[in-house]
Amino acid sequence: MALLRRSPHLLKPLTPPPPAASALSLRHAFSSDTTPITVETSIPFTGHNCEPPSRSVETSAKELMTFFTDMATMRRMEIAADSLYKAKLIRGFCHLYDGQEAVAIGMEAGITRKDCIITAYRDHCIYYCRGGTLLGTFAELMGRKDGCSNGKGGSMHFYKPNNGFYGGHGIVGAQVPLGVGLAFAQKYNKEDHVSFALYGDGAANQGQLFEALNMAALWDLPAIFICENNHYGMGTAEWRAAKSPSYYKRGDYVPGLKVDGMDALAVKQACMYAKEHALKNGPLILEMDTYRYHGHSMSDPGSTYRTRDEVSGVRQERDPIERVRKLLLAHDIATEKELKDIEKEKRKEVDDAIAKAKESPMPDPSELYTNVYVKGYGVEACGADRKGVKAVLP
Amino acid sequence: MLMRRIGRSSGASRSCFFISRGGFSTTTATSPDGTTLLPTKTSTPSSSTKSINLFTAINQALHIALESDPRSYVFGEDVGFGGVFRCSTGLADRFGKKRVFNTPLCEQGIVGFGIGLAAMGNRAIAEIQFADYIYPAFDQIVNEAAKFRYRSGNQFNCGGLTIRAPYGAVGHGGHYHSQSPEAFFCHVPGIKVVIPRSPREAKGLLLSCIRDPNPVVFFEPKWLYRLAVEEVPEDDYMLPLSQAEVIREGSDITLVGWGAQLAVMEQACADAEKDGISCELIDLRTLIPWDKETVEASVKKTGRLLISHEAPVTGGFAAEISASLVERCFLRLEAPIARVCGLDTPFPLVFEPFYMPTKNKILDAIKATVNY
Repeated sequence: MALLRRSPHLLKPLTPPPPAASALSLRHAFSSDTTPITVETSIPFTGHNCEPPSRSVETSAKELMTFFTDMATMRRMEIAADSLYKAKLIRGFCHLYDGQEAVAIGMEAGITRKDCIITAYRDHCIYYCRGGTLLGTFAELMGRKDGCSNGKGGSMHFYKPNNGFYGGHGIVGAQVPLGVGLAFAQKYNKEDHVSFALYGDGAANQGQLFEALNMAALWDLPAIFICENNHYGMGTAEWRAAKSPSYYKRGDYVPGLKVDGMDALAVKQACMYAKEHALKNGPLILEMDTYRYHGHSMSDPGSTYRTRDEVSGVRQERDPIERVRKLLLAHDIATEKELKDIEKEKRKEVDDAIAKAKESPMPDPSELYTNVYVKGYGVEACGADRKGVKAVLP
Repeated sequence: MLMRRIGRSSGASRSCFFISRGGFSTTTATSPDGTTLLPTKTSTPSSSTKSINLFTAINQALHIALESDPRSYVFGEDVGFGGVFRCSTGLADRFGKKRVFNTPLCEQGIVGFGIGLAAMGNRAIAEIQFADYIYPAFDQIVNEAAKFRYRSGNQFNCGGLTIRAPYGAVGHGGHYHSQSPEAFFCHVPGIKVVIPRSPREAKGLLLSCIRDPNPVVFFEPKWLYRLAVEEVPEDDYMLPLSQAEVIREGSDITLVGWGAQLAVMEQACADAEKDGISCELIDLRTLIPWDKETVEASVKKTGRLLISHEAPVTGGFAAEISASLVERCFLRLEAPIARVCGLDTPFPLVFEPFYMPTKNKILDAIKATVNY
């Protein structure tokens, strides 16, 4: 299957290896080192109606360490959410992102906080990368007051307005026309910023996506459509749902780029390229070839429509965290032990956040009525007998 | 073998359609050999029954529908392997992938495609995975399906279309897996909206809907898929559309509901009984065209009416029932008509227990109405 790829050959760094130093100072010295390192992406980009960017990505020790740290946190966060769901502390729906972390972190590395991101329901990690907190994540998942949406949204509705994250959406494909609207606003305000509308391979067959593509192309909007192709729409493999699973080509008159979504540096390069392109030439589609280890949601074991060998194969060959780990080791930016320590530290951070989130109270019952309309609208709500109990919605 | 086309003008003139003053019509159905079947209320005592749950009953209905008409098709998201609620298990294996097939993720496409298929004289049974996702298809249902026969002067119709969708709260569904959108569709002349309350009802009603020569939207209460278990006849039987059923006789107050809410209302009736209030409970079954006669007769008997549904109260179908009954029974009413419904908020996440029209809210309203 095209999903399994061989591990890339890692190039030797162009800068000479650093002098040996004690373990602690080594990590300290290199986690803030911003000397450029050039790394080649695992595979070249494939373009549709556009010139693909170069395979050589400029990064630094600091950036790679950030990638590793953040991805380790996200991985740990999703796995912890899994356990919490099974313990029935999280109810409702929970769609986990582990395996796809490189898309979130790579995108973040290539853009600014003034660029907008809007995505579907697999949004925990995007929220985290946009400056979300672990407490905000777990409290929201458990429906508590300290959650990022005050406990009223749940897993599928995380938001971070200050940092341009326009949220998670439950209805498949509904967020894409919204993303185009965001882009229009940015262009109208003459901002040098772009909007990223993320959707999955299942949503790629929704009519509203093509309506949005047409509008964005017609009006030259700085909208970038990112198809996070994890090859399965719930349980349906892409080749059974789409006549053309080359999602980067489906924009037709909108150029597209196919990117290895498990390589954070490739994602970064693609997003930087896309931003530049969108500000000059209008919309672009980025297809991120990625994979999710979990099933579609917590009610899906993820093993009825794909073999365990396939999942473990991808985990072995293409895992995004492992790729960055190998880079860090090859470039002597950190030792094996240091990386394991970071993972342990992040694990503890996640556990602490969960403990704190558990202490957070449920939202007050009056919150049932708030924010239906803007405050002060004064809609009346009656009790069951329509005589006694009356409340004016805040 | 004479195959009757659905909804052909020749067929329509021979079947027993009549529109009564109240606006409900008896439905008939044609079996593949061309004979007209009259609807039966219950199955014959000699047929065997089996204790099954709601999704199994619906599954049986689909098996029978596909078996009895070779030009019927079941399609939707993930129906091939059995569907997310197991309603279509075994269908693809038995009838083949050309008759039971998955569609891509496109509700508007699914319904539009179904309308076209039905216009060619087939029985198209489309599944929308959750009623919350039906809105992209709303335009197709309202503007195409409902008006096809009307605007073509009966030259064309899509009567063979049946859209099935699980609806209603499930305890942890949140905003997008719990909605009850029946009121939106009740506002559209040209389609029928049917909601069963139990496995036996579901099998009979679904078969009636599939064989009804009008497009039907069939909402299935998802909470009851596994929870409701009942003795269901194993054979092919149909229950009449546009006929409400009095499931509990009483004399003090009439309660009207549909779907999963009836179970809650039943409990409230039992509790009210202990306080000496005799409640009459009616299952509407078909929401449009709805059986005004049965409800009117009941309210003329009791003088009080309470309607309950999960959907938000403002603009919910209870409003239509209330207005119609006031028109018909104004002088007989002893108390204002009570509506115990969902609140006027989006379906909440953690606040679901507060939002839902619970047994106690209904009990409260029963007492307030009786003591008015």
